[in-house]
Amino acid sequence: MDFHDRHLLRLRVNGEDHSLSDLDPRVTLLDLLRERLHLTGTKKGCNFGECGACTVHLDGRRVNACMILAVSVEGREVTTIEGLADGDALHPVQQAFIDHDGFQCGFCTPGQVMSAAALIEEGHTGSDAEIREWMSGNLCRCSAYPQIVEAVRAAAGRASQ
Amino acid sequence: MMISQPVARPDGGVKVTGRARYAADYFAPDLLHAVLVTAPVPAGRVTSIVVDDALAEEGVVRVLTHEDMPKFGRFASPRAEPDTQMQQAEGPPAAQSFMPMQSNEIRHEGQPLAIVLGETLEAAEAGARRVALRYEFAEPELPAPPEWTAIDKAAVVPRESGFLFLEPTFTKGEVDRGLSDAAATVEAVYLQPSRHHNAMEPSATLAEWNDGELTLHDATQHVYGVRQVLAARLNVPAEKVRVISRHTGGGFGGKGWIWPHQVLAAAAARIMQRPVRLALSRANAYSCLGYQPRMAQKIVLAADRSGKLTAVQQDVVNLTTVSDDFVEFATEASKGLYATPAMRLSQRVERANVAMPTALRAPVEGPGTWALESAMDELAHGLGIDPLDLRLINHADTDPATGQPWSSKKLREAYEEGARLFGWRERPRQPQRDGDWLIGYGMATCSMGCFRHPTPAAEVRLHRDGTVLIRTGTQDIGTGTLTIFPQIAADVLGLPMEKIELEMGDTELPEAGPTYGSSSTMGVGSAVLAAAEDARSQLARLANLLPDEVEMQDGKIRRRGAAGGQTIADVMSHTDIGEIIGSGSFDPAQHGKGLAMRTFGVIFVEVGVDPGLGLLRLRRAVGSYSAGRIVNPRTAHSQMTGGIIWGWGMAAMEQSRHEPVLGRFLSKNLSGVAIPVNADIPGDVIIHFVDEVDEHASPIGGKGIGELGATGVAAAVANAVFDATGKRIRELPITPEKLL
Repeated sequence: MDFHDRHLLRLRVNGEDHSLSDLDPRVTLLDLLRERLHLTGTKKGCNFGECGACTVHLDGRRVNACMILAVSVEGREVTTIEGLADGDALHPVQQAFIDHDGFQCGFCTPGQVMSAAALIEEGHTGSDAEIREWMSGNLCRCSAYPQIVEAVRAAAGRASQ
Repeated sequence: MMISQPVARPDGGVKVTGRARYAADYFAPDLLHAVLVTAPVPAGRVTSIVVDDALAEEGVVRVLTHEDMPKFGRFASPRAEPDTQMQQAEGPPAAQSFMPMQSNEIRHEGQPLAIVLGETLEAAEAGARRVALRYEFAEPELPAPPEWTAIDKAAVVPRESGFLFLEPTFTKGEVDRGLSDAAATVEAVYLQPSRHHNAMEPSATLAEWNDGELTLHDATQHVYGVRQVLAARLNVPAEKVRVISRHTGGGFGGKGWIWPHQVLAAAAARIMQRPVRLALSRANAYSCLGYQPRMAQKIVLAADRSGKLTAVQQDVVNLTTVSDDFVEFATEASKGLYATPAMRLSQRVERANVAMPTALRAPVEGPGTWALESAMDELAHGLGIDPLDLRLINHADTDPATGQPWSSKKLREAYEEGARLFGWRERPRQPQRDGDWLIGYGMATCSMGCFRHPTPAAEVRLHRDGTVLIRTGTQDIGTGTLTIFPQIAADVLGLPMEKIELEMGDTELPEAGPTYGSSSTMGVGSAVLAAAEDARSQLARLANLLPDEVEMQDGKIRRRGAAGGQTIADVMSHTDIGEIIGSGSFDPAQHGKGLAMRTFGVIFVEVGVDPGLGLLRLRRAVGSYSAGRIVNPRTAHSQMTGGIIWGWGMAAMEQSRHEPVLGRFLSKNLSGVAIPVNADIPGDVIIHFVDEVDEHASPIGGKGIGELGATGVAAAVANAVFDATGKRIRELPITPEKLL
């Protein structure tokens, strides 16, 4: 592919249709969200799929936005941290992160929250050990891990095991 | 009382919805994206930088090299005045004296050599790959092989380059007699590798010039420090530099001092006359920022038959860069922890063509307790004394180095309550097994010195409608300051948290110190307390009450103990003042004179070792601490848990290896550098604080806790591994090959 080709991209982000002309084919979904659409809640921690800070939902599945070229998501639906709450009403996972002190600096938090919301949909909250395993793609250097597990467990509506 | 309540973080809403903005989340019209081209070798000089190919890349606007850069100014350390040696040195808040892109010289791999500026990030990144470097390789100074004889041979006495905060040697009592009279002696070398902060947010700077004034959105632990260093380097008055940092995505020391990239971003913006954003790549973060240096510590502990220490001798060597001698004062732990009649301690450095080290959670006592608390365990086993009892036998009732009384110390209570929570006294003494896992128990003392930074000013503005605005130029790195400062003001002014707003992270706000060294609660917290009290006193005078005799509750002011009271609105309506501006400060020199200050604690761990696979797992932990008053037990709990997990990372996995040929960091990504993930950490981590108020350290009664939790852990883990397997590991991290 010639990098100097320009592409037209249509996609739906947080329920809103976007049409981008003149798109550089090297742009990742992460940089598209951040630099073109100014949705900066999705964070760039490593740009290599190692840290999970850029986790978004692509057609309902959690993905690392830094590992996806924007041109490959033509016609698809993306949900970012900005689109997770229902208006002013926080998503249960967001509320649970506040209730359980599941963050400190907050930089990895959008990715953690997006990952946790998908994790519950995936049914990977059967035990604390399962939550820990399936949340391990999201690094947190403040190391709020035990509180994150509590938040996910609470949001999944399970009692402590 | 709001103080001591587990109030939820007011910043929760913006942080869970993605609205909290970090440095790289800001934009400016006509923004240029900057990408660094860095040195591929550790020593030598660049002979040419060919930029034609890069410039041919569509969207690349310019490639800056050392030939384009202005001569950067020298930063005069605030420590320079009385000390002639310091006149030649720089030091904090500048992270290093060496500024890249001032000549063609290469001093370490990964050093910035050129800056590619593009209309888009993609263009700048592509351009950076097309910059052709020609260089002359020079034989580098390499880190010595990681063993004592080689490191000892390479070590030199540190010179003052701004990082010699203490004397490099310390002697007390008759060490030789203490050693020869001993009934038991431990002599051992403890090693630890270089280790990076790996904050989730790579440092980023957005620099914008308007009419000779610079505005910076920056990832930093010290906005005023950034202003100070950039003003000096760029030769502009400090008041022409505004630094904004509303949220910083993790610091841990890595964003504490000011690194060259912050200066380079601002210089590039000035040259281009356009805003420039330089967001470091993850790989850049390994060579353009600091790290805790590789260290070797040789320690000798001598004790009589009862376990009482008769002498401690410790030689510490840390790696540093060729330009500045960074000194990691691990010997502080030995100076402060046990009642030792004789000590001979020394700090040396080993210089090499590597990037500049810096402070990392936990510095000083972090490495110090690794060696000392491992050696104490060896001594306990040698004498047949329980490791906890050995600590109690050597408990220091006064500061061992100076003999000064403590401002406050409840370590005995911390030991006792922690031991009870863990079940230390009841632990099985016979080898334990759980399936394939050998189980072991270990403990270590935790301690940090008390870094108290002055806070020149903080403001608490009380409005007629009973709302409050706190203004302070400190910054949010996640430690809990956004929660506890409003709590402190709410407490004094008798208002609920919802009425209190807090503005932080901007040099337009009253000057505050850095957010490192576990210092913010004492420093900024005390200044906010004083400012709130000042606002209350002003209101009292308006209400014709004596300031010293009032209390405020439910939005009313009254004589202490009296019923009823006047509302804030009523009092203020007597005047035409719309707001009362209370101001406060914190000067450590005014508090605790003649007293020694430290925080203390103990960590107990249970580990599992799979001897067949060499695996090591944390099964549970109890941390019990004596750290003064805890303003918010909820945020404090997260601080300590985080610290313990940092300690687990240090113990079990973290290392940034120097490859032996060129001394470069072998891995510069989060795949090759392991840090703890969720699955590494059990749910059973118990945090306990002893009930304590230290009124001498600061008017808040609290001390620092951010680093305390990360001390002691590595030793406790190694001690537990010994308990499980009989293997004494003296080199971190405790990876499988050491357990097989």
